Amino acid sequence: MKALSQKRRHPAAFAVLLLLGLLLTGGLYAAATTVNQAQASELPGDYTADQVDEGERLFVANCATCHGINAEGTSEGPSLVGVGAASVEFQVGTGRMPMQMQGPQAQAKPPQMNDEQTTQLSAYVASLGAGPGIPDEEYLDADAGDPARGGELFRINCAMCHNAAAAGGALTEGKYAPSLHGVDEVHIYTAMTTGPQNMPVFNDANIPPEDKQDIIAFLKTYEAQGSPGGFSLGFLGPVSEGLLIWTLGLALLIGSMVWLTSRSS
Amino acid sequence: MVDNGHGGRETGAVVTADTGSDGKFAIENPGLPPHAPRTADVDEKSAKRAERQVSVLFILSIIGTVVFFVGYFAIGRTAEEYADYFDQMAMLRVQNTLLGVGAALAMLGIGLGIVHWAKTLMPDHEVVEARKPLRTEKDREEAAGILNDVAEESQVKRRPFMVGSLALAALLAPLPFVAMFRDLDRAYGEDFSPERLRHTLWEEGTRLVRDPTGTPIRAADLTIGSAVHVIPENLREITSHGQRLSEKAKSVVLLMRLSPDDFEHTSPGREDWTYEGIIACSKVCTHVGCPIALYERHTHHLLCPCHQSTFDAAQEFKVVFGPAGRPLPQLPITVDDEGFLIARSDFTEPVGPTYWERHDG
Repeated sequence: MKALSQKRRHPAAFAVLLLLGLLLTGGLYAAATTVNQAQASELPGDYTADQVDEGERLFVANCATCHGINAEGTSEGPSLVGVGAASVEFQVGTGRMPMQMQGPQAQAKPPQMNDEQTTQLSAYVASLGAGPGIPDEEYLDADAGDPARGGELFRINCAMCHNAAAAGGALTEGKYAPSLHGVDEVHIYTAMTTGPQNMPVFNDANIPPEDKQDIIAFLKTYEAQGSPGGFSLGFLGPVSEGLLIWTLGLALLIGSMVWLTSRSS
Repeated sequence: MVDNGHGGRETGAVVTADTGSDGKFAIENPGLPPHAPRTADVDEKSAKRAERQVSVLFILSIIGTVVFFVGYFAIGRTAEEYADYFDQMAMLRVQNTLLGVGAALAMLGIGLGIVHWAKTLMPDHEVVEARKPLRTEKDREEAAGILNDVAEESQVKRRPFMVGSLALAALLAPLPFVAMFRDLDRAYGEDFSPERLRHTLWEEGTRLVRDPTGTPIRAADLTIGSAVHVIPENLREITSHGQRLSEKAKSVVLLMRLSPDDFEHTSPGREDWTYEGIIACSKVCTHVGCPIALYERHTHHLLCPCHQSTFDAAQEFKVVFGPAGRPLPQLPITVDDEGFLIARSDFTEPVGPTYWERHDG
């Protein structure tokens, strides 16, 4: 310690301290940011420069009003830097974007862009910054997944919002989790990786691609299987079942009472 | 109106409805409407038609019974022969339908047929039965007499010991139920104490693992907006299935990553309970204990599906809506040397709804 205090006034001390400080700050910053970028490793796929250019033209014409001319976001819409091609595939591919009107959440409708245009938009958005990419075809094959295991994963991770039968359900203030019946495999997958609207993100580190495939297999199996117990009544449980028995059941009871007590002509 | 100085109200003789002597207000007894014969009574063709209708209903019942057994035996047997699961399910659906429709027809056909028979073909007498006159005093005496007879004949007054033993027996008989309900909480044979509700499987250094796969969670793997359903790693060490389930029910945790800027409030002492915006809470609602996992990542709200209690993850799970009385307990977390998320300690308060022995509201 004595040696250190003696050399404190050495002319090189200032330079050494400055260097140490810079290294420490830089190192800490790098450590902090890698935590967030760890998942942003999916690089923009094999898009051509033409696709990116065409995508930018489409973007400026259809999306820039809300998302800003450079996709930097405005008060009307979020920034698209780093949301990845998967977000475009989900939002544009299901018709949610371009949005019909501002509301609690974007609603699915017949897609406005065709597949080619969707790919071009994906290429442009992917070129803005790294984000979740389009999933590998092999993980979208429902037949190769394990529906039973997928069912277990679905019930733990998804069923609380999307309903145990994937029929969807209400959230707060007009928001809702949509029904998953008839949703394309790629859109089920990209919804998990991007977390659209208020849905949490289930990235590939949390639910690995094989598990996502199992979940898709479960949903597709469930869809094909139909309702084993007769009329599903929207799979909404006691609400729709109770309503039916109150209206139809009571009407039948009253009808039979009227018939029993009426006099034959 | 004549003002007679009594607040404007007319006074005078009370007018009562007179049923009769002068016939001014009397309502004439309309008597019974003339008996109208049914078509089946006068028209033989119509009677034949009614007979056919009744028979058709009975035959429907017979068909229903046959349909039930066709579904029960024929289809039940063939369903097992289908190798494909979907075909099996489809056949079972058909079978269920046939069983239900068949049994319903079998019962309804007979019931409807008999009612129709009674209404159209059985004799159509109209009978008038006069109401018995009321004899209040006499009825009251009769009732008192019956009660007296009961007291006399059962010898309640003369044999006090017998009556006393009955009273004691009636007091003691419900005790087995009291004991049974009281011992419901000793289902696992341990000395139960409400203290057990204060503790879960979480302790210092317990790794957070995914439900149901049991894989540990690396902090770096969670992107902002992620949500993970978590169980303690030591849960799998419990071998008894029932006990594992009840421990799981207490210790389930939801893990979320928010942007560190999103946090609106951190109480003193809780500064190191989160890690880089990663925050964990108990999934058991503080209202009546439903599992909460409906997480909206932009509003940071957690919604309970049972009674719509809403908790804000950015404000230490404060109740922002609904009937819940307390915030969700937060699990203090950090990372270990390998970068996996671990608990700093157990929950610092009991999880789930309030109970009598909790003492802190």
